[in-house]
Amino acid sequence: MDRPITASPVLGGTPPGKPRPLHSGFVRATHWINALAILIMVTSGWRIYDASPLFEAVFFPKGITLGGWLGGALQWHFAGMWLLVGNGLAYVAHGFASGHFRRDFLPLRPREILHDMIAALKFRLPHVAGRYNAVQRLLYVGVLGLGVLVVLSGLAIWKPVQLQLLTAVFGGYEGGRLVHFAAMAGIVGFVVVHLALVALVPKTLPTMIIGRELHLGRAREVKP
Amino acid sequence: MRTLFSGPRPSLRDHKPNVQLAERRLFLRGGLSIGALSLLSGCDLTDNEQVDSVLTAISRLNDRAQAALFSRTTLAPTYTAADITPNFPFNAYYAESKLRPVDGEHWKLELAGRIADKKPWTLADLRTLPQESQITRHICVEGWSAIGQWSGVPFRTFLERIGADTKAAYIGFTCADDYRTSIDMATALHPQTIIALDYAGAPLPDRYGYPIKLRIPTKLGFKNPKQILAMTVTNDYPGGYWEDQGYNWFSGS
Ligand code: HEM
Repeated sequence: MDRPITASPVLGGTPPGKPRPLHSGFVRATHWINALAILIMVTSGWRIYDASPLFEAVFFPKGITLGGWLGGALQWHFAGMWLLVGNGLAYVAHGFASGHFRRDFLPLRPREILHDMIAALKFRLPHVAGRYNAVQRLLYVGVLGLGVLVVLSGLAIWKPVQLQLLTAVFGGYEGGRLVHFAAMAGIVGFVVVHLALVALVPKTLPTMIIGRELHLGRAREVKP
Repeated sequence: MRTLFSGPRPSLRDHKPNVQLAERRLFLRGGLSIGALSLLSGCDLTDNEQVDSVLTAISRLNDRAQAALFSRTTLAPTYTAADITPNFPFNAYYAESKLRPVDGEHWKLELAGRIADKKPWTLADLRTLPQESQITRHICVEGWSAIGQWSGVPFRTFLERIGADTKAAYIGFTCADDYRTSIDMATALHPQTIIALDYAGAPLPDRYGYPIKLRIPTKLGFKNPKQILAMTVTNDYPGGYWEDQGYNWFSGS
């Protein structure tokens, strides 16, 4: 159980006396901007959905939507998209260029994922600071893919004439609407699991805000 | 936010049964609102004038982004007769029962603004111009779409015939039902923008905009005015019924 699942060199080259934050400032900033952008896009998107629901059984109560009416929700959605896409592109470019994705999101091995998933369900998955377990890696790569999908399907239904080749990839305008909805549902599903995991291991929250674990009363940097 | 709330809300008529059902269901479930979310979606943000002015400014930016993305030659996908949506929906800012038909015999299209020959046009006059037909998808700002067949005069042909200043920025429309909208000149000159006189091979029925509707398959449905009484070519932003309340002006597809 104590065996490290991956030998992540995430904190490898840290010069002595200068501990590296568990999450770089860039990752922390883009993470929280993304959380805000997702909140805006999902809640305004729900209001837009309500103007013409895809499924009879699915309707979002006004109290959890953003924008007040269809026109207001559309304004939020098409403002939020710039934040989501601008921040997302910066995050992805940084993730590839800095080696963060390769270092921290890979490898994705089915055996490890299965092992960690079983351990997690038994509440026996240790959280090693500075290293993502295989379930986390799968979730993060998965939500990245969903993020790409939600943006592309959104563009496809926003510009079904100018970007008609993209729209055709999703099976046309109506197909694009379904994919856009499904990608939203996947992201919301991720957020639910994500928040549950954070609630289970609350010490991860300060690491995502200030870059290190919080030790009240003691100013001590965390060593891996 | 006052401007956003000054008019009737977009109607959910078409979905009323669904909506009422869902509302009842959710009312029963009750109190689903999540603290932070309801804070975000409550009066604080929705009624805040600063937030509103930022959103409006971004909507103007989106007008420019869409104009840049708009291609004068890219055509909207066309469909076959078999794809036409049966019972194509009626849609307006009022219910179909409130529809006031126009008397086509006495109707004339009034012209104003930067136009050389402002002589009004009758339906018979319009029938003498070359006609074109299209089967295209109408996409509503609400999200639904439907495929229909419209025929009539290419708008570019008409604009050239009346000597419109095609360097002007806007064309504004006023309709018999007091609806208004306006479009950019590039869209007006697009090859698929037509003055529709027919729907599915027969004169436009009242519910689809008799005597004329401007069919623009590169724009959302609310930018396709029906029962048009007058049009004006202008450099002064004319706005529109929904646009003045906050719908994005360009609203291109
Ligand atoms: C208020 C809501 C959120 C909270 C409290 C939160 C919290 C966290 C925390 C604590 C971590 C670090 C986990 C660790 O160190 O093991 C993390 C990482 C991450 N979160 Fe969130 N999160 C939120 C919303 C979101 C949303 C909406 C998304 C995407 C749709 C998201 C995507 C991610 C990703 C991709 C990572 C990995 C970041 C990286 O290393 O590049 N989070 N989050």
